[in-house]
Parts: sequence; C-alpha cells; structure tokens
Amino acid sequence: MRPKRVTFRHRWLPYALIAPQIVITIVFFLWPASQAIYQSVLRQDAFGLRTEFVGMANFERLFSDPLYLESFWTTIAFSALVASLSMGIALILAVMADRVIRTATAYRTLLIWPYAVAPAVAGVLWWFLFNPTIGIAAYAMDALGYDWNHYVKGSDAMALIVIASAWRQVSYNFLFFLAGLQAIPRSLTEAAAIDSAGPLRRFWTIQLPLLSPTVFFLIVVNVVYAFFETFGVVHATTSGGPGQATNILVYKVWRDAFEGLNLGSSAAQSVILMVIVIALTAIQFRYIERRVEY
Amino acid sequence: MSNISIQSVRKVYPGGVEAIPGLSLEIEAGELCVLVGPSGCGKSTLLRMVAGLEELTEGEIHIAGRKVNNLEPAERDISMVFQNYALYPHMSVRQNMSYGLKNRGQKKDEITRRVAEAARILGLTDYLDRKPRQLSGGQRQRVAMGRAIVREPAAFLFDEPLSNLDAKLRVKTRVEIRDLQQRLATTAIYVTHDQQEAMTLADRLVVMNAGHIEQVGTPMEIYARPASLFVAEFIGSPPMNVIPAAAAPDLAGIANADADLRIGVRPEALRLVENGPLKLTVRVIERLGSTSNIHGVLPDGKTELIASIPGDSVPAPGETVAFEVDTMDLHFFDKQGKRVAT
Repeated sequence: MRPKRVTFRHRWLPYALIAPQIVITIVFFLWPASQAIYQSVLRQDAFGLRTEFVGMANFERLFSDPLYLESFWTTIAFSALVASLSMGIALILAVMADRVIRTATAYRTLLIWPYAVAPAVAGVLWWFLFNPTIGIAAYAMDALGYDWNHYVKGSDAMALIVIASAWRQVSYNFLFFLAGLQAIPRSLTEAAAIDSAGPLRRFWTIQLPLLSPTVFFLIVVNVVYAFFETFGVVHATTSGGPGQATNILVYKVWRDAFEGLNLGSSAAQSVILMVIVIALTAIQFRYIERRVEY
Repeated sequence: MSNISIQSVRKVYPGGVEAIPGLSLEIEAGELCVLVGPSGCGKSTLLRMVAGLEELTEGEIHIAGRKVNNLEPAERDISMVFQNYALYPHMSVRQNMSYGLKNRGQKKDEITRRVAEAARILGLTDYLDRKPRQLSGGQRQRVAMGRAIVREPAAFLFDEPLSNLDAKLRVKTRVEIRDLQQRLATTAIYVTHDQQEAMTLADRLVVMNAGHIEQVGTPMEIYARPASLFVAEFIGSPPMNVIPAAAAPDLAGIANADADLRIGVRPEALRLVENGPLKLTVRVIERLGSTSNIHGVLPDGKTELIASIPGDSVPAPGETVAFEVDTMDLHFFDKQGKRVAT
C-alpha cells in the first residue's frame, strides 16, 4: 500500500474535521465504558443510598455464580447457532444469486431488505409468527404434529431467538458472500468446468477455499452480532425465558441492572463483555492486516 | 489427433447483440489454426463456443467427428489456456496440474507420471510445490500450458495466452508453444489480436472481422494475396499502404483506372530510386536496425505512405524522394474493399 498523505495548510482544520467522530466516540463509548468500569468495582444497596468500594468482589461472585456461567454457555451456543445458520443460508443464497444473470439486481435488492429491519421489529415479527396461540408458524407445526410452545420449552425459545436473529443477519452475510463470489474470476470456474469439476465440486474445491477470508471475517462479525446486538430480539420475544433458557449475556446485563437492581454486578458483566468484544476485534484486525494467505 | 468442424454457427447474445452472424470453418487434425482480428470481432466468442463456455444460437460444432453442441465443456475432450491463466491460487503447481485428472478419476500413479512428464517438458519440475503467486508471469503461463497438456486432450484452445507477458517473453514463449504443439501434434485453435503472433504461429490463419471470416489461408498466402482491404491493412507490420488510384497516377499500368480503385503496396515492396512513380515528402524516419521505416506524404498532400528500406542510408525529413515498385507487388481493391484480380 502506498501511503496517502494530504497536507493541510491550516493547523486546526484536520482536528476540526475529525472532531465530530471523536466527540461521538467520547460521549457514546469512552464515557459509558469508563462508567461501567468504575461501577464494576462498587456495590450499591437496592435504594441507591449507599455505595461502597468492593474491589474485584463483583467479578469473583460472577465467576462462582452457576447462573452466570450457564448464561455464558447459552450465549456461546446461541452465537454459534446464529452464525452458522445465517452464514449457511446466506452462502446458499449468494451462490444461487451469483448464477443468476437476468434481473440479478432485483434479487439482490430483495435479499438485502431484512437488514433494514430493526432487531426489535424483527423480534416482534417472529414472535407473531411463532406465537403458540395465534402464530401461523406454530399453527403449521401443530398440523405437522409438533407442539410448539416457546413459553414452556427452552429449546423452542432458543430456536425462536436463533431464527429471529439469524434472519436479519442473512442479508448482511449474503452481501459479503456475493461480493466475494463475484471477485473470483469467472475464468477460474470455467477452467474448473473444463477440468471436469461439476458445480458442487467446483464450489467445494475452488469457490469455498477462495472465499475463506470472507468466511473468517463473517464469523467474527456474526459472533459479535450475536453477543451484543441481539438484545432487542430477545427482549421482544422470550425476555430471556423460560427460566434461564435464553438469558444470553447481553440480556442478563440489562436484567440484573434494571430488574434485579444489582448495578455493580451488571457493570462487571458489561466489562467482561467489553473485554470479549475487544478480543474479537483484535483477532479480526490482526487477521485482516496479514491479508489473504491461500 | 482430431479435427474440429464449425458449421454455420451463429451467436446472438441475450439482449440481441449478434456477435457472429453465421460462420463455418474446418480445422484439420494436428493443425494449429490461429483466429486473428481486432477486439470485438467474435474470435473469442467462437473459441468459447468450441470450448462449451458459450452456447450456440444456431449451427453445429463437431470435435473428432462427435457433435458437441449439447456436451458440457468437460465432455468435449478439450483443454483451454486462458488469457489470465486461471490458475487456482490456493493450489500448488502440482495440484493445479492434477486437478483435472483427479476429477476424471485417473489412478494416482498415472496422475503422478503425467504431471511429472508435463513438468519435465515445461521445465517446471523444481516448482511443483509452489503456489501460483510465488511464480513469475512466464512460469504461470507454463503452468497453464502444463494443465492443458497433462489431460492429453483432442484439442487445445488458446485464448490470447501471451498477452499478459512482456514483449521479450512473448516472443520466446510463442516459439515454445509452437514447438510443443508440433511435438504433441494436437489440433489447436489459438486466438490472438496480435497479427505478428498470428503469422508466426499459424499453420492456417483465419482473419476475422465483425463476426465473419475475411480470409482463411496459410500466413504467407494471406500476406501475399490479401482478399480484402481489411486483411491487407491488418496483416503485416508496418501495415500495407493504401493509395487511392487518383493520388498516384504514374503507378505502372493504371493510368486509366476508375476513381474508386485503391492500390495496396507493402512498405517492404517499395524501392528507393533516383526517379520513380511515387514521390514522397519525408516526415519521420524510424530506424529499426536492419531496416528503416520512412514515413511521408504523396504530392496530393494527404495520402500517407510508409516505406521500409534496408540499411540506414536514408533521406532526411523534409526531403522529397522517389520510389518504384514492381507491378506484381501491387494489390488492387474495389470500392467495397474486395480484391480485384489483375
């Protein structure tokens, strides 16, 4: 990469130009993050009258709390399911869209739409579809002999939030997969066709290996999404229930703070989540810096 | 060894663009047939239809006596070398070459033997475990060739395989390709827009223009007797001079020519003389070493002419010099650009 350099004549102009971004970062990230760290070493009584410094006690309690560890596992299972489901479906759609020549733009536009739907709205949408009393999907499954009830069955509830979360992410993944597929020179697939590789074999031996950088990037993005951006979906559908079945970490942060009123513990959980997202981002940056290695 | 037969092939792209209005061509077994023409003349489309990468709108293609219209590329027993080589970037040279054999279910030791043999022929033995990105442009080109020859196909298809190489390597590789094709005696179709590459490689040259064939013949036939003005100007470097009959009234034997007649003269057929029928005001001299190209204009002030003369005893720019030419070196073309018999 050639270093690009722009020289400004005014000393303060460059600072003024980046100021809005810096301000946003400070107000919406640095300040709340520092507040979370500060709160995580404090303990407050339920009425907010007394606050005392407790050091790492909040963290120690979390890691010896079976409920918290269970929530950790739930989150890992949840994000693995969301990432694999949304990426799997997106990849199939992208491969098919890549083969379409006519009206390709129309297909693409339609497939991108769900991404514009807010997570909470997506949650409500799926909540209606799967509602055991009025939902059409639940009704259809009932006809097939499956008694769907995500209010009672933890696995049903998990399936619901996985579907609702993955659905929205399919669009995003689709865009990247399609771009990745279209970046593979056509002559490569043509050469493979002449080399007697059928469409399926071409996919596994040529296209997928060449897509691996995209796959890696999307795994990180999807895990981050499932970890941190699915609050709205959970809140609109299962509220973490039944029991603890869908109480993922990010939901538990909110629940413990605003329903359990345990601000110290909630802040400690936020800090843990922050460490996780920093780690994931670091992995991703490192990988992207190293570029594609076939 | 096998022949390729292209019968009344027509290609219309979706959207109505007619790339090839109807074309027939017979390619003999073991011959290297070069399709040459300017970009957009349909030569690549034709090659891709033979390969099965493009569907035919009408007509038939036979390879080795077998109609291949509805066969997949893999079933046509051909191999192709692409302009960008289309090497699989995540596979080593060895894997690149054995991929097609593996897909065809060849035995392991047979694959090893054939890849080793191809690597030996192409001088790639030391590079078998490298990835394409670790190779130079010329080596990549050879891997692409290797991938084509390990399959021992009925025909090779080359789609401008040298256009990504620098000029020096292009000339060297050109000779290698010719040598290899002659040794293997495999039928080949070679597409290029470079007339010099076409001339040097071809057993038979097919000059294409706007989707149809202008002329088919050996390179020397086409050079000596171009069938049309298009071919005359396309084949040969520097290109043939085209002079309106009116601009050179003194050229032997055509004093009463009709006004639309155009006369073609190869630059190398012109001889510098004391007094000749073509008077040229010199503008630019190009020295090429063994020959020099003299660019100038005829007395009418607008017809440009190039003369290629041996040695470097050349006139200076601004001088007016005279050229003569043998009558048998004159080519005549009518209003439509068709050759007129003399």
